[in-house]
Amino acid sequence: MRIIFKTDYMQDLRPWKDGYQLSLYLILIALAVAAPFLIDVFFLGELTNVLIWALAGLGLMVLTGHTGQASLGHAAFLAMGCYANIILMEAGVPFMLAFPLAGIITGIVGMIVAIPALRLHGIYLAIATLAMSILVDDIIVLTDHWTGGVGGKFAPPVNVFGFMIDRWGTPTAFYYLTLGVTILVTLGYINLLRAPLGRSFIAVRDSEVSAQAMGIDVSRSKAISFGVSCAITGLAGALMGLFAGAFNNETFSVVISIQLLMMIVIGGLGSIHGAFFGAIVIGFLPQFLSISKEWVGALFGGSNVAIPGLEFGIFGVILIVFILFEPMGIYGRWLKIRTWFELFPFYRKDMFKRQKSYLKTERLR
Amino acid sequence: MSLLELENVTLKFGGLTAVDNLSFSVEQGEVFAIVGPNGAGKSTVFNLISRFYTPVNGKIRFDGHDLLKEKASSVANFGVARTFQNIELFEHATVLENLLVGRHRHRGSNFLTELFFTPSVRKQELQNRHFVEEVIDFLDLQAYREKRIAGLPYGVRKVVEVARALATDPKLLLLDEPASGLSVEETTDMRWWIDEIRRQMGITVLMVEHDMGLVSGVSDRVLAMADGARLALGTPSEVQSDPAVIEAYLGKAS
Amino acid sequence: MDTLQLLISGLANGCVYGLIALGFVLIYKATESVNFAQGDFMMLGAFVTIGLTNAGYMGLPFWVAVPISIVIMAILGYLLDRFVIRLMFGESQTAVVILTIALGFVIRFVAGVIWGHEPQSLQNPFAGKEVAFGGLVLGMEDVAVIVVTILLTWGLYEFFNRTKLGLAMQGASQNQLAAYYMGVPVKRVQGFIWALAGGVACIAGILFAAKGAVDPNTGLLGIKAFAAAVIGGFGSLPGALAGGLIVGVIEPFAARYIAAGYSQIAPYALLLAVLIFRPHGLFSQVRVKKV
Repeated sequence: MRIIFKTDYMQDLRPWKDGYQLSLYLILIALAVAAPFLIDVFFLGELTNVLIWALAGLGLMVLTGHTGQASLGHAAFLAMGCYANIILMEAGVPFMLAFPLAGIITGIVGMIVAIPALRLHGIYLAIATLAMSILVDDIIVLTDHWTGGVGGKFAPPVNVFGFMIDRWGTPTAFYYLTLGVTILVTLGYINLLRAPLGRSFIAVRDSEVSAQAMGIDVSRSKAISFGVSCAITGLAGALMGLFAGAFNNETFSVVISIQLLMMIVIGGLGSIHGAFFGAIVIGFLPQFLSISKEWVGALFGGSNVAIPGLEFGIFGVILIVFILFEPMGIYGRWLKIRTWFELFPFYRKDMFKRQKSYLKTERLR
Repeated sequence: MSLLELENVTLKFGGLTAVDNLSFSVEQGEVFAIVGPNGAGKSTVFNLISRFYTPVNGKIRFDGHDLLKEKASSVANFGVARTFQNIELFEHATVLENLLVGRHRHRGSNFLTELFFTPSVRKQELQNRHFVEEVIDFLDLQAYREKRIAGLPYGVRKVVEVARALATDPKLLLLDEPASGLSVEETTDMRWWIDEIRRQMGITVLMVEHDMGLVSGVSDRVLAMADGARLALGTPSEVQSDPAVIEAYLGKAS
Repeated sequence: MDTLQLLISGLANGCVYGLIALGFVLIYKATESVNFAQGDFMMLGAFVTIGLTNAGYMGLPFWVAVPISIVIMAILGYLLDRFVIRLMFGESQTAVVILTIALGFVIRFVAGVIWGHEPQSLQNPFAGKEVAFGGLVLGMEDVAVIVVTILLTWGLYEFFNRTKLGLAMQGASQNQLAAYYMGVPVKRVQGFIWALAGGVACIAGILFAAKGAVDPNTGLLGIKAFAAAVIGGFGSLPGALAGGLIVGVIEPFAARYIAAGYSQIAPYALLLAVLIFRPHGLFSQVRVKKV
């Protein structure tokens, strides 16, 4: 049983609770930095992929996890970030400028999108964003003059502080680029969450009326949340494009939007950890499946049969199990296990019990 | 000049007149209670002051500002805080976080300083925490500081809501049925707190309440309402003995 | 005449969208949640019927297979409610949406494993026959689709607004606790609604597979049908059909009169326009939360 004695308000203001927790995070970062020396190129690529998904997940987490606005259309913003980055680079803007600009442009577009979206609630917002995602897919095809349409575009190597980085030639450098961006974004996210803006997001999520009564401009908070969320997602999109090497409208189809939302639900809505946990599931599921298929194949002496749609099927089952039995996601489960150990033997089953309420409609008829 | 003034305020929902040509004013430093049967429009008056509803005519002035020119989220910035009849807390946040949201109107930082958590933001957050801790001390919420609202008992939630309103450092506190659903002991505590809020903190209190014991115990003046209109206004004992009020509660003697 | 032909085929397509949209609205009306797997239900219904009828599978007569598959799908709908959705009682709307999206993934996977990924069409007595109205030549399937859809919508509308059970269902969604107190068996009502939605989805699937071909990804049509339901105003059965028809007609016309690429875009652009200007659909039913 570990007890934290609080003697100073700074303890609650810092991102970590005590030295023990800080050292855990530092070890994690050290491991991430050392990763290229510990694993081979293939798994390094997989790890890079996980980080990019985590970054996209962080973007959606701002909007859905912390502001409570479900979006089924974030692939549109991934696409926007990706195309903005590449088009700017093709126009001669250096990567170090084009990359943040891509994020900012996507963020601004997100805020503009938010203006009509502010009037929509819950399921209506989800469907509007879904429609937007489908539209963006088609718009990319229609504006093939800039986007290359179905033929797509190829990502050039990028110049970071004089190093030429490209996904295949220098996978280690590309990994560090991704890791750096992810860590910086995560730190910024943590800062926002412990400041008034982050709290206003949570307030809007949990009760719009009382947020208003506390002096929070709900529309403004939602618009800012959209902006931050889309900016982060745009950065993830830019990296995703560079990582893929070649991309077209299908790289950012509506399925990616749905997958992204599912991912943060599995990871755990409303926590930064959740985005990372979810990305790990999404990133390593295909590998895990192919390995287990080999096992099963070896066990029964059969050959390796490819089952189309298996990934999505398994993914769907995992998601259903989580929503039914652990709505707080992997992070929620982890919290419970941690609390169990910390409080041993005083853990009670109802410590994380949630209130269920009877449904009362807001419809008139 | 009165702190809060309502002048000939009328609100209609479709054909129903929820508030009918209502005028009253609340003076600085008093505890003012609104009583009346269910559906008399008491909570609606609160929602008008909070700018959730816009009256068809009339004026609402607070501390020299015309509230009808402002949007709902600006009302708090003038120093009006409120609680809700059916508790509206931030369910998935802790008590501490709920109270810190109350500090939002004193926010001096902006997006960029918060993104980098500059020393000025740090200082502001420490000040916020100091203020919130005083409220926690005042309302005896120490034991619940780190608990999520979702698991708290009803009585505690009621107190947390008052605490969140106090955290905004208001001039006027609107309490919508602060004692409803509370046990006798909890009601006694609430009564003591309302008294202290006025006496010690100098905050004007406007409350809607059914518990006449609490109303006559703490309030200086009482407004009785029925069908959206004013029935009587005066000291608690005056209002309780007013024939129109008795009639509204007990029906016409035949 | 050409335009008319286009209109009729658009209407027939729209009817299928409308039928799926009907399923959305049924579940929404009674449980206030949205079943995003409705399109996948439709696809599954089509495959079940194909499995029963087509020569390559069981080869039952068409008119025997149809009622059996409708019953199978209804039972499936009921079981789904009983063992999955009911566990979500009291959870948020969005959680149910995400759950049903995941369910759609699973249904598509299962259908792919059982029936493969090749498009298949349903062997039916209408195939290839034509009906002539004046100078207009219509496919028999198109006529059947339109007739069945209109009858079904009318029947459901009457059921919801005239029968005691129908009214109980609406009550169950608007205030669960109050409905309990008034003696409405809320859980049983919900099970019944899911069964009904399963049956309607199966009919939509049969009509769809008779007109064209289905493969597991046909289930994604549900998204378009959902757009139709929203355009028509959620919670209104005739509205759902109207929305479906609008979407069905707008597609071929956009392709014809603007450019081929726009037939995909048109329904969603319309949906966004509706959501922006009438945030709750054309027939608004939502009011602001009371405090």
